Amino acid sequence: MKKAYFYELMDKAEQRLQKGEELILAFHGEDSDFCRFNQGKVRQIGKVHHDRLLVRLVKDNRHALYELTLTGQMAEDITRVASTLSSLRAMIPHLPADPYLIQNREPTSSERVESNRLPSIEQWTEAVRHEVGDLDFVGIQAAGGMYRGFANTLGQRNWYENYSFNLDWSVYHETDKAVKDNYAGFSWDNQSLKGKLQNCREQLEHLKKPSITIKPGAYRVYLTPMAMAEVMSLLEWRAFGLKSQRTKSSPLRRLVEGKQVLSPMIHLSEDVSGGMAPDFDEFGFTKPDAVSLIAGGRHQGALVSARSSREYQLPPTGAHEGESPESLYLQPGALKPNSILRELGDGLYISNLWYMNFSDPETCRMTGMTRFASFWVQNSQIQGPVNVMRFDESLYRMLGDNLLGLTDRSDMLLSSSTYDSRSTHSMRLPGALIDRFAFTL
Amino acid sequence: MQVSDALAVLRPLAADVDFFELRWMRRSHEQLIVRQDVVEPPRLIEDAGFMLTVYQGGAAGYAATADTSRTGVEQAFQTAKRRAELSRGWSVTHYSADHLQKQTGRFRSPIQKPWEKVPLRDKIDLLRELCRDLKKDDARFVDHQAQLHLRRWDMRLVNSLGTDIEQTFDMVNPNLSVTVHDKGVTEMRSMNGQAACRQGGFEVLDDMGYRDAAHKIHEEALELLYAENCPTGLMDLLIAPDQMILQIHESIGHPLEIDRILGDERNYAGTSFVRPDMFGHYQYGSEHLNVTFDPHRDQEFASYHFDDVGTRAEKTFLIQKGLLLAGLGGQLSQQRSGLPGVANARSVSWNRPAIDRMANLNIEPGPHSLNDMIAGVERGIHMQTNCSWSIDDSRNKFQFGCEYARLIEKGQLGRVVRKPNYRGISASFWRNLTKVGNAGTSDILGTAYCGKGEPNQAITVGHASPACLFSAVEVFGGEG
Repeated sequence: MKKAYFYELMDKAEQRLQKGEELILAFHGEDSDFCRFNQGKVRQIGKVHHDRLLVRLVKDNRHALYELTLTGQMAEDITRVASTLSSLRAMIPHLPADPYLIQNREPTSSERVESNRLPSIEQWTEAVRHEVGDLDFVGIQAAGGMYRGFANTLGQRNWYENYSFNLDWSVYHETDKAVKDNYAGFSWDNQSLKGKLQNCREQLEHLKKPSITIKPGAYRVYLTPMAMAEVMSLLEWRAFGLKSQRTKSSPLRRLVEGKQVLSPMIHLSEDVSGGMAPDFDEFGFTKPDAVSLIAGGRHQGALVSARSSREYQLPPTGAHEGESPESLYLQPGALKPNSILRELGDGLYISNLWYMNFSDPETCRMTGMTRFASFWVQNSQIQGPVNVMRFDESLYRMLGDNLLGLTDRSDMLLSSSTYDSRSTHSMRLPGALIDRFAFTL
Repeated sequence: MQVSDALAVLRPLAADVDFFELRWMRRSHEQLIVRQDVVEPPRLIEDAGFMLTVYQGGAAGYAATADTSRTGVEQAFQTAKRRAELSRGWSVTHYSADHLQKQTGRFRSPIQKPWEKVPLRDKIDLLRELCRDLKKDDARFVDHQAQLHLRRWDMRLVNSLGTDIEQTFDMVNPNLSVTVHDKGVTEMRSMNGQAACRQGGFEVLDDMGYRDAAHKIHEEALELLYAENCPTGLMDLLIAPDQMILQIHESIGHPLEIDRILGDERNYAGTSFVRPDMFGHYQYGSEHLNVTFDPHRDQEFASYHFDDVGTRAEKTFLIQKGLLLAGLGGQLSQQRSGLPGVANARSVSWNRPAIDRMANLNIEPGPHSLNDMIAGVERGIHMQTNCSWSIDDSRNKFQFGCEYARLIEKGQLGRVVRKPNYRGISASFWRNLTKVGNAGTSDILGTAYCGKGEPNQAITVGHASPACLFSAVEVFGGEG
């Protein structure tokens, strides 16, 4: 229904164009149920309808972008679109021609519509209430439809629609001792939730052991896929875009220039075909199934937005303006999950990392904290939870010489981010066994 | 949208609920960027809608939509009511309007030169000029950009108690930044990070020194490019306002948020090392530390007269002479916790519910000039402009990095060093505050991107601070 609405808006908007004008519309919408929990009870519950239209008017290589919210009432919305076109039309003569404007001139229409298999809000709230029981459960469920669209005056039409849920939670033992988990997907199953919460209950038993404080120093660690996601999220910020690489500001600059390498085990790509993000960008370019970023520990490629493509004369990869990945994939290794504690021997099993940032971008040195269920392991046995520790370590060491192995499976992690709107990003990552990981505080 | 039209639809429907609140908001943004002397396409945003909240039987539900038709309002009401019913008997607190007071009033950011009165061409010309000043045809400047971001937020809040509040906020957020590279070294320098944020019109650009900043950024970027690495060691740390804002934000602001203390944020933004029993007793910092929630500071980024649930906002000392007195919690958090708080229930948009946020959180000036503070340091460092921030989820173990620093030796400012970082623990760091700068060392700054909440919200906050001197801080640099 939203697809037809969007296309009708495009048709009506096109009728209002003047000679020499081109129009690009993008649609960004969601119908989201949010339910926030604390202490196993509801803190805030509500529903959000938010449909936005991105209107780009182009004339004589000059262009500007206007984002407006749609009401869902066609008469009102087309009035808003007409008013927006007038505003853009008045603005464009005051702008210089944009040397980096590029749009897809070979119309490639597409459609990816997933069926809605979500349970009703009554069903999933009841399931959560029943399965959580007396746990100190805190987190959020976000569920509903997400919609993306593209249309231009060349006749290209793209549509993306999915219906997903993402229940993201922590279960607390006390103070900052908790187990974090997540249940996300397209089709809800009460037994899956029950199983995940049972795992949490079992891990809580480990958290009830006396806490251990370790001294700053270098330790062998195992980072779960969720912990690895924090490392990759920091890299996503500005490591892989062509613009950051060409302006020497990428924290992977030394890798890009061939002055540093990572472990031969590292094969990293933007894998749109394996993720859930739309496969088209806001200029109509189709994203390739995969873009290799690092192969065998060496720099391989970059994410290229339409704008960078023109600036640096390379083909676009359909990356958005920020050129950060949306579907990052790190190939698995050979480490068997049931051998992790044995391989770890003495060290830290780290379920989650937190609040990472670069402390020295040139050497890709990162700092951050352990969080949630992280354990001290001795003689391959969990001894107890570790009080939070700060680390400060270079990626060139942790995924370079000090990388001992990656697990033999890459877990699919759907982003639970809801800044501005629900995210379509995902990562597929293995866990990593790392030697001499530096803790500082 | 005419809020009065929506109310005409809503009032008869809402006769059988305990309480309703309609919060309408329009966010208008204009973003202009000139990068490497090329004008990027202007980006404008017009985003309007409303959130309808219903209390019924001790439970609360909300619905948010941009559909302002009769049908849209009716559906929003039924949706909000249904959500309240679903959580009835299963809410973390008893939602009630008993503690709310009827409020009416208006607020508008003081403006001398309205943004829209300045022609687009003039704004772009200014950015082009600053862009040229940033680079000065020097090939070592591999990237440079000048940027202006205007936000205007119009809000109206009406509830069933008779509250009717209108507020308009005009916010200006300029930025300048460069990346320099030579002989295998890259450095970045900017105008206050992204912290140059104030309420007001076009005139605040001059108040912030925007037109003159480019020359200084150019020179300091080159100084950094050939500077030595920051030394490692325990030393005195003199922090400039554009780093103090992060120090206040992360290790005072967040830990004092009462919703964190109540556990709401434990799955995302985190908890707090501050416990309820500390209020009124805990020595948070040295006797020089005075921290205020100040919603009335002229030009500060998050000034307002009422928060987003309609509580009248007043200046409040949260920490006085180092003693913890009150937290950052709105009316609901005060009710839930029994702790003293402020009017800081805020929402970033019509589609997100209000939660406890920082708003304007300031350090009150002390008696010292910058020269006084430098003169008293035997071995130390003066750091400016945040570029890296990290802190644990209880807001205790932190590590921050800055863009620019100069060593202090025997009471004199010395050579520039690159990659300055420091780390510490909130609970002890503030007790090592030895001197607080006077008003002449202060700046009014902020951020538009304070992240928190589930669903997530990145909101505007203001921080005004003088330069501050701390003793015995663990300082270190990069690896080369």
